[in-house]
Amino acid sequence: MPFVSDGTQRSAYDVVVVGSGAAGGQSAYTLCMDGAKVLMLEAGRKYVPETETPMFQTPDSAPLGAVGTPEKPFGFYDATVDGGWQVPGEPYARASEEDVGRFEWWRARMLGGRTNHWGRISLRNGPYDFKPHSRDGLGFDWPIGYKDIAPYYDKVELLIGVYGSNEGLENTPDSSPGCLLPPPKPLVSDLLVAQRAKRLGLPVIPGHRAVLTQPLDFARSPARLHPGNVTAQRILAADMRNRSACVWATPCGRGCAIRANYQSTTVHLPPALASGNLDIRTDAMVYEVTLGRDGRASGVSFVDRITGKQRHVTARVVILAASACESVRILLNSRSAQFPHGLANSSGKVGRYLMDTVGSGLSGQVPLLESLPPLNEDAAGGHQLYVPWWLYREQHAGKLGFARGYHIEFGGGRQMPGHGTGAGTEWLTGGSFGAQFKQDVRRYYGSFIYFDGRGEMIPNEQSFCEIDASLKDKWGIPALRFHWGWSEHERRQAAHMQKTFAAIIEAMGGRTHGAPQTDGARAIAPGGSIIHEVGGAIMGADPRTSVTNQWCQTWDVNNLFVADGAVFASNADKNPTLTIMALAWRAADHILERMRRKEL
Amino acid sequence: MDRRMTIKWVLAAGAAWPLVKAGGARAASPSSARGYGADPDLLKTYRPGELWPLTLTTQQRRLAGILADIIIPADEHSPSASAVGVVEFIDEWVSAPYPAHRRDRTTVVAGFAWLDAEAVRRSGREFADLDATDRHGICAAICDESSAAAELRAAARFFSTYRDLTAGAFYSTRAGRKDLKYIGNVPLARFDGPPPALLKSLGLQ
Repeated sequence: MPFVSDGTQRSAYDVVVVGSGAAGGQSAYTLCMDGAKVLMLEAGRKYVPETETPMFQTPDSAPLGAVGTPEKPFGFYDATVDGGWQVPGEPYARASEEDVGRFEWWRARMLGGRTNHWGRISLRNGPYDFKPHSRDGLGFDWPIGYKDIAPYYDKVELLIGVYGSNEGLENTPDSSPGCLLPPPKPLVSDLLVAQRAKRLGLPVIPGHRAVLTQPLDFARSPARLHPGNVTAQRILAADMRNRSACVWATPCGRGCAIRANYQSTTVHLPPALASGNLDIRTDAMVYEVTLGRDGRASGVSFVDRITGKQRHVTARVVILAASACESVRILLNSRSAQFPHGLANSSGKVGRYLMDTVGSGLSGQVPLLESLPPLNEDAAGGHQLYVPWWLYREQHAGKLGFARGYHIEFGGGRQMPGHGTGAGTEWLTGGSFGAQFKQDVRRYYGSFIYFDGRGEMIPNEQSFCEIDASLKDKWGIPALRFHWGWSEHERRQAAHMQKTFAAIIEAMGGRTHGAPQTDGARAIAPGGSIIHEVGGAIMGADPRTSVTNQWCQTWDVNNLFVADGAVFASNADKNPTLTIMALAWRAADHILERMRRKEL
Repeated sequence: MDRRMTIKWVLAAGAAWPLVKAGGARAASPSSARGYGADPDLLKTYRPGELWPLTLTTQQRRLAGILADIIIPADEHSPSASAVGVVEFIDEWVSAPYPAHRRDRTTVVAGFAWLDAEAVRRSGREFADLDATDRHGICAAICDESSAAAELRAAARFFSTYRDLTAGAFYSTRAGRKDLKYIGNVPLARFDGPPPALLKSLGLQ
């Protein structure tokens, strides 16, 4: 019985995994496929993408044209359940409400967590990204290098299905042969961006996203992923056959009923459940890792959200994969005589060095794209092409005024009309209405283009979270308080993004919608708003300055691991999810090995 | 300037922007309505009025339809805004219990009142009773905030909001998608990208 409750849950497990998203899903998958008995605890409700996903619904079927509201911030059809910037009954505090010092915390309370709605952009960190301090003297080096994690990037790509190409560019790693699926065909607007941006010296290459542009290789990949494990190979092959390739329609953010993209609920959990080794308990809000007399984690305590009762489960190993800030919160709330400032916090670094991605965007309108013939441009749901960071040499020579890079995501085309179509067009139409307005909307539809920069933030002392002195959630669990600050590196980087986007739009013969924002402090999106928050329990080589070692194992508690983004020692411009999964797989392999040797 | 002078000045230049509370003079207040929550059923089809009561008066809804059809009239490609449910959509929108929608409610209800006041000031009749030329004349004065007379800026902001709502509602419908020749949202066995001839004509191949 894979979904358990009080009556059906075992009294003890090999491993308890807190969280069911990218980190929890990957941890449970790797452990269960190799025979470990795992209990996964998820704070939110059970969620079944196959039956709950609004695949072809149009905006006129939804309330308010499916626009975002405080209850569904990314729109009515966004997959997120019981989540958003605010979760009812689960408050958090902020030291500042000003844009420059504000941190926004996005959560989802559902099986699979944020993997159900994420953008599916799956970029590898490069060699520089693991040794940033060695390269420019800022931030921290990771205790691992690219070569340590590269085999796990290969594995994750083979398992979940990622399209992309190998271009041999600096700090933009190639995958091993056979790992990537073919990239989708670009749109007209993509090709125009590519042509004009290349004239400015920018590389424009296929994006990497976790979308199946063709069926997975179920004949060969299972043996590559699980050598010598016939059972795991059989289970995975059967599951890969049940995933459909993309049908080139409906936005990925709604989730995917045919399992054509990655979400934990459609990729990690089904084979893990099929192994018979995974129990899942939903509506289980973990608030504490309990410590035994031997100094080892004895298990976790949680609140059953349905009954309100407190429960405890024991395990040989505890893995926190609750999202960077939630895992930090659990550690800080796990106080004991031995750890008065929170579990595994002898360094005082739990909660420190919170990072998000630097985000800034600009849109424009391009006459060359007006009045094109009707084309179906739903494609793979965006990110057919992107621009990786390209100024490594100039930056390293100190010519840019900021130390770390960004990549550019962009999009355009004849997307499904909806709320926003024809809106805010006075700058182009002079305020037309009537027959002229209808003609104007036809003319401009599909001619807009947007650019979003996604840049590296350097960890700093101003950006951290702690337990608030008085604020508690509805179960009485002490809540987090966030502090946030950007440095000049991020502000200058955001201003550079704006100038670059304006230059590309101009090179396309287009007009920017509003002037580019060259004041970096105004150009930058508030902390947390890109939803790439990582750090808070960073890994390192020294127990005095980091929380975990290279295996995501806490220095202080032998059998306690943090498998999510909390362990990131830097936050490269590359979107974090693929790296979270690769680290979680690597940590789980290590746990299995140590359990076999009876060391855990 | 004293109050009498102010009133004179405003009347000379255009109807004053009415100070209307969020509930509107006659419309029922949406303040007690609740939203759809953070875990609504995404598969069902929703109709305006199903989740929270619609609150515009009959007179306001009549005006809503007239104005929506001035912005999006029927033509050889597609029907008018009111013919595809835009009035119901706008009523749902301004009756919704969310902060942004409450702000739009204030703008829209005040805008309707302003339109009638301006119509009376110009022609002695309410907006709905004007002929097409007179209606057009009022809209033309407020259709572009950047070029509108200073005293008409608030009315122009209302018109901009209302045009956005009308367009969003209209182009979200099957008729709107057809008007724009949107042919996606259907499953495809393969995606071949844009035709080579088109790319060649654009100098992209």
